[in-house]
Amino acid sequence: MATAAKKAPAKAKSDSKSQSAPVTPKPADFTKEQDVAAYREMLLIRRFEEKAGQLYGMGFIGGFCHLYIGQEAVVTGLQMSLIEGDQMITAYRDHGHMLAMGLSARGVMAELAGRRGGLSKGKGGSMHMFSKEKHFYGGHGIVGAQVSLGTGLAFANRYRENPNVSVTYFGDGAANQGQVYESFNMASLWKLPVIYVIENNRYAMGTAVSRASAETDFSQRGLSFKIPGIQVDGMDVRAVKAAGDLATEWCRSGNGPIILEMQTYRYRGHSMSDPAKYRSKDEVQKMRSEHDPIEQVKARLIAKKWASEDDLKAVDKDVRDIVADAADFAQTDPEPDVAELWTDILI
Amino acid sequence: MPIEILMPALSPTMEEGNLSKWLKNEGDKIVAGDVIAEIETDKATMEVEAVDEGILGKQLIAAGTEGVKVNTPIAVLLQDGESAADIGKGAAPAKAEAPATAAAPAAAAPAAAPVAAAPKTEVAADPDIPAGTEMVSTTVREALRDAMAEEMRRDGDVFIMGEEVAEYQGAYKITQGLLQEFGPRRVVDTPITEHGFAGVGVGAAMAGLRPIVEFMTFNFAMQAIDQIVNSAAKTLYMSGGQMGAPIVFRGPSGAAARVAAQHSQCYAAWYSHIPGLKVVMPYSAADAKGLLKAAIRDPNPVIFLENEILYGHSFDVPKLDDFVLPIGKARIHKTGKDVTIVSFGIGMTYAIKAEAELRAMGIDVEIIDLRTIRPLDFDTIIASVKKTNRLVVVEEGYPQSSVGDFIANQVSQRAFDHLDAPVITIAGKDVPMPYAANLEKLALPNVGEVIEAVKAVTYR
Ligand SMILES: Cc1ncc(C[n+]2csc(CCOP(=O)(O)OP(=O)(O)O)c2C)c(N)n1
Ligand SMILES: [Mg+2]
Repeated sequence: MATAAKKAPAKAKSDSKSQSAPVTPKPADFTKEQDVAAYREMLLIRRFEEKAGQLYGMGFIGGFCHLYIGQEAVVTGLQMSLIEGDQMITAYRDHGHMLAMGLSARGVMAELAGRRGGLSKGKGGSMHMFSKEKHFYGGHGIVGAQVSLGTGLAFANRYRENPNVSVTYFGDGAANQGQVYESFNMASLWKLPVIYVIENNRYAMGTAVSRASAETDFSQRGLSFKIPGIQVDGMDVRAVKAAGDLATEWCRSGNGPIILEMQTYRYRGHSMSDPAKYRSKDEVQKMRSEHDPIEQVKARLIAKKWASEDDLKAVDKDVRDIVADAADFAQTDPEPDVAELWTDILI
Repeated sequence: MPIEILMPALSPTMEEGNLSKWLKNEGDKIVAGDVIAEIETDKATMEVEAVDEGILGKQLIAAGTEGVKVNTPIAVLLQDGESAADIGKGAAPAKAEAPATAAAPAAAAPAAAPVAAAPKTEVAADPDIPAGTEMVSTTVREALRDAMAEEMRRDGDVFIMGEEVAEYQGAYKITQGLLQEFGPRRVVDTPITEHGFAGVGVGAAMAGLRPIVEFMTFNFAMQAIDQIVNSAAKTLYMSGGQMGAPIVFRGPSGAAARVAAQHSQCYAAWYSHIPGLKVVMPYSAADAKGLLKAAIRDPNPVIFLENEILYGHSFDVPKLDDFVLPIGKARIHKTGKDVTIVSFGIGMTYAIKAEAELRAMGIDVEIIDLRTIRPLDFDTIIASVKKTNRLVVVEEGYPQSSVGDFIANQVSQRAFDHLDAPVITIAGKDVPMPYAANLEKLALPNVGEVIEAVKAVTYR
């Protein structure tokens, strides 16, 4: 009986050296290849989301559909720090996360349209998508629920003593759910390798952060659980990458959880049906024109002469082709076989 | 080829809207992201953003047009080198085609027979409404809001709290105008912390206030169900009657449209399991108003289950200064002699459509709208069964341990000798709600199933 305790998660690695509290690192120096790759990835997410919005308006996508436009640098930068086997989990604003993990645009778009070629065979929809192969654990519709689940993924890593980390995304609104703090406590107590990525896009539906949160510095939310946290410019993909490197290193060396508050912004309404009357057009316009994550990379590529306008146009064309192909596929792929209604309930 | 801009769908349940305003004129250059028009639904005013680039060639729908169906072309966008003369030349490439249904053999489920211009069901008079009362056509959404406003005017201890209830005016616009009238002390926006604010509500109720707690949808109340069941429902008993929780938990329950597994559950049966709770689930706007007012005044915790699809439906509501209906009393929606259909909430829409078709077949159906799930009005059900000798129950929730199951059990014990056929219960399918349109349709009950059930119990 007692042997079961051998791999117990509570046993922190004895060699884990205690490190000093992390501080926000300088933005990473990107090579040309990294900047071009980041540009392409973010553009793919943007164009994909624009198309999804369009297909929603045409009735091809139903229900709730939450677009990631404006936040592309967060998932793109973090992805650059991960190794094979690292897990990702997030809420319903998940299309960009899946594209960044390398899941096919066709599979994601077909799921949005509820077709059999979708990642969940059309049964999950925009908010509920998964990929076992890519270690993407969803796609969750209940605000905050994924935080405990992501902590459980980290528990499994620790249990198996593998080097992987769980990247657990949630919003500024979700950061007020009780189970977030229950999870923080366990993660810190058991030194679980989990990166809590709080995507602070300044609003939870129509509620500005300051109207819902007593402490608006989300990097400090782990303080009473001894979880360190840093604030990161989530509109700058290099800043995100640097934070990702720091956080993965922190977790992989056995220090337990860490919080990354990604300061970002969503351009569109909360979901398609949000008139977004709670913020001014100027506020949105200012973000778009001064902090756009894609424009930042574009300007850098041009300034450094790493790419010409024509090169970037070619990238854009490429990305548009991928998205157009995904949209065509999603519109022509058949709906699921009716027998699917009764499958996948129990094994 | 010119691109047609279509009237967009902007919410899961939107079918049409008003084109209130054009923000771009014919001849204007458009880039992706430009707001070209404003449209209005019963819920909100929304902006139409351009997704393509070009010149606005023609506005096809005039500003101020009401009831524009989703996917109707509203404007034409000209591409490089095209002129107004090209309009109408090319086929419209942006036209949305209906989703492919090739893979869905229609035979898999009993499809509803086409409704043959059914005569409107004569709704039986509610004995709780004085004869001759003036009626006003009101949506369920307005009726709920009016009920809360009236009770808040009447009793200073009544307050509402929940996510987006104040400044946003309600995620489904049920609390529209309440912040403006009653101020932020009594109309309270909460963080997204269901378990916490449900508990705060119960505590405030134990201290004597009269909270209305709105859940954005009841799916999210699962985060809070411990406070509802373990605190709200049991305190009166555990304290030996010293204190209880006069609180209303309200919000939409059940499937909306395409919102999939985690957002589409009916909680009627769940809460009906719990002693110490009252559970109300209205169908019509009059019942929504009269019963919500009763729930707010009730000294017990009341679960008040609404339905997103019904919010926009209009019904006659009596114009009375203080219209309060009794909790625990079913309403005979239509009298009949051949068979009884019992339903509640959105389940009534299936019952009502089935009745019209059954009438055309010569079957005279009595429809009972339960209105309250707990306590359940067995007197009304059993009186009806004694008359018709046949019973079908219709609901959207899951079949196992359903409301219908409980009714079937009680009726077979209390009126066995009066039954000429086994009771049939129609429920949603025993599966999580799928997202795909074809599967969602199959997962929900349908009118055809109700008709088949009635034919079975009447041996037709
Ligand atoms: C438990 C729960 N409560 C409420 C909702 C409704 N809801 C969906 S998203 C959302 C806002 C969440 O905001 P945030 O966490 O900041 O994420 P964002 O949408 O900004 O990405 C709300 C209230 C829900 N899905 N689940
Ligand atoms: Mg947010």
